[in-house]
Amino acid sequence: MTALFTDRPGGRTSVRLRRFAGALGRFLGAVVLTYLGLLAVTFFIGRVIPIDPVLAIVGDRAPEHVIQRVREELGLNLPLWKQFVIYLGKVLQGDFGTSVLSSNPVMQDIRRVFPATLELATLGTVIGAGIGIPLGVWAAVRRGGIADQLVRVMALIGYSVPIFWLGLMALVVFYARLGWVGGPGRIDVVYEYTVTPWSGIMLLDTAIAGEWEAFANALSHLILPASLLGYFSMAYISRMTRSFMLNELAQEYIVTARAKGLSESRIIWRHALRNAAVPLVTVVALSYAGLLEGSVLTETVFAWPGLGLYITNSLQNADMNAVLGGTIVVGSVFIGLNLLSDLLYRTLDPRTRAR
Amino acid sequence: MTEIVRTETSLRAWLMSDRPQSRRQASLGRLYAGWRTFARNRLAIVGLAIIVALVLVAIFADALAPYSPYQGDLTRTRLLPPSAAHWLGTDDQGRDILSRIIHGSRITLLVVVLVAILAAPIGLLVGTVAGYAGGWIDAALMRVTDIFLAFPRLILALAFVAALGPGIENAVIAIALTSWPPYARIARAETLTVRRADYIAAVELMGASSWRIVFRHIMPLCLASVIVRVTLDMAGIILTAAGLGFLGLGAQPPMPEWGALISNGRLYVLDQWWVAAAPGAAIFIVSLAFNLLGDGLRDALDPKAGS
Repeated sequence: MTALFTDRPGGRTSVRLRRFAGALGRFLGAVVLTYLGLLAVTFFIGRVIPIDPVLAIVGDRAPEHVIQRVREELGLNLPLWKQFVIYLGKVLQGDFGTSVLSSNPVMQDIRRVFPATLELATLGTVIGAGIGIPLGVWAAVRRGGIADQLVRVMALIGYSVPIFWLGLMALVVFYARLGWVGGPGRIDVVYEYTVTPWSGIMLLDTAIAGEWEAFANALSHLILPASLLGYFSMAYISRMTRSFMLNELAQEYIVTARAKGLSESRIIWRHALRNAAVPLVTVVALSYAGLLEGSVLTETVFAWPGLGLYITNSLQNADMNAVLGGTIVVGSVFIGLNLLSDLLYRTLDPRTRAR
Repeated sequence: MTEIVRTETSLRAWLMSDRPQSRRQASLGRLYAGWRTFARNRLAIVGLAIIVALVLVAIFADALAPYSPYQGDLTRTRLLPPSAAHWLGTDDQGRDILSRIIHGSRITLLVVVLVAILAAPIGLLVGTVAGYAGGWIDAALMRVTDIFLAFPRLILALAFVAALGPGIENAVIAIALTSWPPYARIARAETLTVRRADYIAAVELMGASSWRIVFRHIMPLCLASVIVRVTLDMAGIILTAAGLGFLGLGAQPPMPEWGALISNGRLYVLDQWWVAAAPGAAIFIVSLAFNLLGDGLRDALDPKAGS
């Protein structure tokens, strides 16, 4: 093992491995620190809630010694840092406490609702990247053309429009007026109990069960919220693709490729886009993380029973364990994708290693 | 007539002079040059015009609103479609939607201004101190900044509001707490570029304290980029505030906050779509204006940054 890390001249693999190990080390350090920060913030938020957890359990007429005992049972008499350590230990074991609303462990609730959000955000990203990347390439190739204008306008609208409002208006037009799509919820009530929730991903479950009618119904419910999220991701991805491609197309190797007589489409798709692909991967990862966040508002509008709706419902019922548990999960996914995209960028792109 | 023309041209010459006689002439001249670049961008002017209009509407809301934003006629004007009497229709309480939107502009402006006043100085202070001090102070401050940056903004604001309790003040605090990190990043980057400049060394030699250097000699130079970033962020701030209002965590009824108006209209959206449509359009127009203005400011102050 150590031989791999010695500095031999010409030992390119060893250098590469060592750089990778270094990047991984820094990456893990960043993950740990950021995650600690996340938990410190949620811990702090949990501490400043105006509700006294002891009084919530014993009621405000309990005698002093009962209050004292419960306080000790909850560990609230310990110094703050000890409470934080205990909190850390619990969270790392996936123990977010019990939801007041459903009286289930919060983790169990989250496991139930998360697939719905995952399904929505994934299809949104597929739509966003599937349309956004070609559109961005086209905009860069024909600068000032229709696609270029479209990318600009879409991005401007994407940064300015309230997502929940656009969702409501889309419901009015495509569901109430035109009747093209299914309304709020994941599936019509008729199919609700005919499908076994196998993975929790509705399209997968109905397809496995061979219930194609239910599959079509689930898709008709999914397509509108997914397109909505897809629009926001597309606005971001197409703009970034455009700027990466403009950067690549100005490079000298493109001139060389042209001089060699390669076809324009080969130059664009095989040469320029491949070089732009690495930063693009990170952009797609970031937009995926952004959609998980955007789903809070979208799910509320479409009554989509995912993590976002779970968080807002819990908020409205002052169910703090559930809110903080949901925040930690979304935050973890967000941090994970953020740092992962950073790591991917560093290891996949040879140019970033030259430093 | 010719007299006016002459004073105009001489004023321009005075402003455009390459050898300003005073500090004021120099800064006014720079401002003028910036304005000329900015004014060439038509869309940015449109954005500015919309924001000026918004400010005027907010100031003269009482005179402009045709009806009371809080009192409606429940018996006769409930959920009316747009008409000559009620341009944007009425809501479920019989209140005129246009009047509510006009009064709501005050809340939107208040939120934007308060968040900017709270978040920009925090970011500026953290960034300049980190950049000037360097070493472990820099590392620690930037780590904290990164942690905040790694958070999903709306979720963090949600969690803060959950802890502090719903209401417009807490929404402002929550949004400010989640908005400062990018400003800190920018201020630090700017600080690093001037950190080793000769004039800083000169001030240090003259015995100025570190705080004086940070406040008097570094911060003013970072202001421009932070202001641009804040302007670009304003749309995001408005959208976050509206999102919180929509979820019932921002402004509380009967305050005519735009996000809360949409939330109310959501109940009737399939039949009476106008109740939710109009306030959303207002949010969209104002956010768009801030984005256009921010783009224009960025291009005017830093021609390199435009893409």
